[in-house]
Amino acid sequence: MTASLTQRRVRILNQICWTLALCVVAIPFVFPFLWMVSSGFKSAAEIFGSPSLVPREWQWRNFVDVFNHQPFARQYFNSLYIAVIVTGLTLVLSSLAGYALARMRFAGAALVGLFLVSALMVPEEVTIIPNFFMMRWAGLVDTHWPLILLPTFGPHGIMATFLMRQFFLALPKELEDAGKMDGLSRLGVWWSIALPMSRPALAAVAIITFLNSWNLFLEPLIFVSSLEKFTLPLALSNFTDPYGMPLWHLQLAATSLAVVPILVVYIIAQRQIIESFALSGVKG
Amino acid sequence: MADALPMRDTAHRKDAPWLTLKMREAMEAWLFISPTLAGFLIFFVGPLIAVVWYSLTEWNLLTQQATFVGLDNYNDALFRNPDFWHVIRNSVVFASGLVPLNMALALALALALSRPFRGVVIFRTVFFAPVVTSAVAWAIVWKFLLQGEAGFINQILALIGIDGPNWLREPNWAMVAVIVTRVIKMVGLNMILYIAALQAIPRDYEAAARLEGASGWQIFSWIIWPLLGPTTLVIMVITTIGSFKVFDHIYQMTGGGPENGTLVLAFYIYQQGFQFFDVGYASALAMIMFVVVMVLTLVQLALRRRDT
Repeated sequence: MTASLTQRRVRILNQICWTLALCVVAIPFVFPFLWMVSSGFKSAAEIFGSPSLVPREWQWRNFVDVFNHQPFARQYFNSLYIAVIVTGLTLVLSSLAGYALARMRFAGAALVGLFLVSALMVPEEVTIIPNFFMMRWAGLVDTHWPLILLPTFGPHGIMATFLMRQFFLALPKELEDAGKMDGLSRLGVWWSIALPMSRPALAAVAIITFLNSWNLFLEPLIFVSSLEKFTLPLALSNFTDPYGMPLWHLQLAATSLAVVPILVVYIIAQRQIIESFALSGVKG
Repeated sequence: MADALPMRDTAHRKDAPWLTLKMREAMEAWLFISPTLAGFLIFFVGPLIAVVWYSLTEWNLLTQQATFVGLDNYNDALFRNPDFWHVIRNSVVFASGLVPLNMALALALALALSRPFRGVVIFRTVFFAPVVTSAVAWAIVWKFLLQGEAGFINQILALIGIDGPNWLREPNWAMVAVIVTRVIKMVGLNMILYIAALQAIPRDYEAAARLEGASGWQIFSWIIWPLLGPTTLVIMVITTIGSFKVFDHIYQMTGGGPENGTLVLAFYIYQQGFQFFDVGYASALAMIMFVVVMVLTLVQLALRRRDT
């Protein structure tokens, strides 16, 4: 009786120690977010004063000034609509191509697969210079076209294709055969049988594609130059005074505005989001 | 099934009598795949061929003319320009700091979080949160925390009597700062890959070993670690390649400075190509990066084949 009681105590104590240790490790993961939001509320004078997580004076004005410093609402909208378009396009194109690679027999299928998979090995930095000249030749510099086209058709889109392909391969074929016998065309089978069964894969592709586009930096930096065409990451790096020094209180307020909505969605859907990354990491 | 096939065949014959079923399927497949394939040719294969050509030319900014110069750009990089080897050194230092640190922390966290206990979901959510955050935002906040005297980190260090360095103004400390903040940003990804691998290991193995009287460390080193081998390999290569591609984080946090102390390969390509407009040289650098990543990938494939 007493032995088991002490054993239980030891186990509980053990658990408490582990949890405390994990809490300590978690500090550098959580603290930056808290400090970011708290500093976004501080005045320029207070921001480098004595460190306190609670601002002495809540300066709500920062969140107004953010929109006066540059067209931040417009830039926010740019990021949003580009990410939505890229996600939509990637979902359609990758599931079409992935379906063909998984289910349809045609001469050269293996070769096409191998051809595409080679793209996964090449960092976008390698092809960005010719892509820049091509976009300039097409008159698309300082438009949003490169930010839509390059992620959709680049290594990221190819990764989505292979993710879809893997998923289609694992689906039972019988339902699709039945659909074909009912007179559905290939496109019909893809749309009304294969796609509804692939919700987890489609969700994974959508989540990862959206975040990838939302956080994209190299392409906007290279292709976009006018303020009202900036996307969020580019806008965030642009909160500086005329001498190029960061205006920390505005920059951190803006960063909070950009990061917190994503974090809220992430916390609500954390399970789904983490699973999506696990899926793409294992299979992509 | 068997009598369904001829039926389908005749059905298709009606609307396209000159096509066999097989040809029709192939044609449809090409239609399905053609947008992806076209984009791939235009935005990937074409540029990949172009960058080889660019790397063999010298670009005149004023006339916008390219002159063929053979391997001059490669010669410049490998033998004439001391910056190149400095950049390679930085990239190697960055990778060899980031990869072991990231993997060790990822594995430790995964071991702690692969079993259910109260609060496990909260911890997983916390450690993964920086992964979904933009690298630019993450770098902005850390740059702020790591400011010289007035920065938060140094104020905390001062409380316990340590005179912290001016992190982002001294080349070596800047490298340390960039590596550590990058690890915190990305470790969650490897953590969940390790958790998935750990959860795939049958519980019986461990239970049996425990019955035989094996200690925790023995179970880890004799059972778990060997079973994690393939995952470790994949994670290692993904993380190494990722570390050679790092750009936004460094752009925002140090701008490659101070004194080029954090100037890594991806940043160097951007700098030469888009700030100094030395297109030929930047293309040669891009080709070198291509080769490095290719070699790393092929090594991974070879190792994986040897394993299985």
